[in-house]
Amino acid sequence: MTTALKGEQVARTITKALPDSVAAADSMSVVVASQSLYQVAEFLKNTPELDFDYLANLTAVDYMGYFEVVYHLVSLEHNHSLVLKTRCHGRDKPTVPSLVKIWRSADLQEREVYDLMGIVFDGHPNLKRLLLWEGFVGHPLRRDYL
Amino acid sequence: MAIRTEPFVLNMGPQHPSTHGVFRMRVTLDGEVVVDVEPVVGYLHRGIEKLGETRTYTQIIPLTDRLDYVASMTNNFAYVLAVEKLAGIEIPERAEYIRIIMAETMRISSHLMAIGFFLNDLGAMMTPVLYMWREREKLLDLYEMVCGQRLTYNYMRIGGVSQDVPEEFMPALKKWVAEMPRFIDEYDQLLSQNEVLLARTKGVCILPRDTAINIAASGPVLRASGVKWDLRKADPYSIYDRFDFDIPVGTVGDNYDRYWVRMQEARQSVRILEQAIAQLPEGEVRANVPHLLRPPVGEAYGHIEAPKGELGFYLVSDRSIAPYRFHIRPPTLINLTALKDMVVGWKVADLIITFGSIDVCLGEIDR
Repeated sequence: MTTALKGEQVARTITKALPDSVAAADSMSVVVASQSLYQVAEFLKNTPELDFDYLANLTAVDYMGYFEVVYHLVSLEHNHSLVLKTRCHGRDKPTVPSLVKIWRSADLQEREVYDLMGIVFDGHPNLKRLLLWEGFVGHPLRRDYL
Repeated sequence: MAIRTEPFVLNMGPQHPSTHGVFRMRVTLDGEVVVDVEPVVGYLHRGIEKLGETRTYTQIIPLTDRLDYVASMTNNFAYVLAVEKLAGIEIPERAEYIRIIMAETMRISSHLMAIGFFLNDLGAMMTPVLYMWREREKLLDLYEMVCGQRLTYNYMRIGGVSQDVPEEFMPALKKWVAEMPRFIDEYDQLLSQNEVLLARTKGVCILPRDTAINIAASGPVLRASGVKWDLRKADPYSIYDRFDFDIPVGTVGDNYDRYWVRMQEARQSVRILEQAIAQLPEGEVRANVPHLLRPPVGEAYGHIEAPKGELGFYLVSDRSIAPYRFHIRPPTLINLTALKDMVVGWKVADLIITFGSIDVCLGEIDR
């Protein structure tokens, strides 16, 4: 059975190595500040006792006030999982760092989120629309797109 | 004197017999050698995630049929499991077993199609496919018995399944399960040691283990690369912990391994089916769930081992009758990330069979 790691517990481990990077944590997930997302992701992947080598799922939710990008991480070695989140504000050009350099599975998934939700992934090697065509206006999965 | 060559770009698709649907590959070639490939998707995009946000939890079930239409009941299964996780619903024993029976027959059906069309891409035009369809046809008859449909079943419900299986279903299923090992032997005999198949697939287009993990490949593509990761064992959902079965794993991650893993998985599914039929209890098939379900505020990510890989549903509830966010994790879209790693340096003909070996379904990629 995959063990879902407690958010608070992982948050303590992260804070020890990278102070001020965790914005919030509960039993289900860890929310990190978007400017330290890349460092936290690197830390989660490269720390042997965490060893999150598998980014299973990447998506985003529009909460109107802010966007939340959700990462479902798994460690195949330890068989445990973690839900990592980050938030970005503004509706013009909300930006979070791209994690393609750490987990390449983020490649097409970040393009999909950019396409449908309009979140810009800073540092993505080929950030263009995935499902809709070039020249499409708007981002349909936003709650205010009707 | 060396002949000067220069790369050129070829658009393969969106209408092409080898693309298994409306899919385009933008291939850069140097002569016959692939230098670069970029998948272009979206031709079948129907906005299922957006549609889901305007429908009740039960009304979404038929939408999930339209994802991977070769194994549509598996999609129902993944979705209802995610909703049950979100709302904390227990389901009756008999329904659990019926779901397992459906999921495993679906897996065999999907793998038969995958192998058949893989051989088609290799140039064994239609003969293997027709052999595979012979057995799949009987499965479609079984599905027709339980829900009246042959492609988009809409059979599972939140809290169980829509109705109990009819009287004639179990004898027909038992007969099919008893016959199946002999048919798999027949396929094995026809294909597994076939000289042409071996020459075209052994050592061709290898996906290394580390790359497979890094791009989050799942299903047979991941296991062919030697990673023993199957959600039925790694994170047992439903009642998979009650069954005894093995996880076939490839050694090098070439096209042959991807073919071989599917063939062996079909055998293991038969094993699970035999046990499920023997243990099937009597009783209710549906828990009492309100028609307009309002799950508590929160989120859930439910995932299962679908025939093509990890199929996940991420749901966010705000306690209304429709999900606030409805996201599908399509296994084959993410497996496609590996296409370029596998084919660069190989010939166009290898590109076609490698694409076949990923076993994509465009309904699921484009959503």
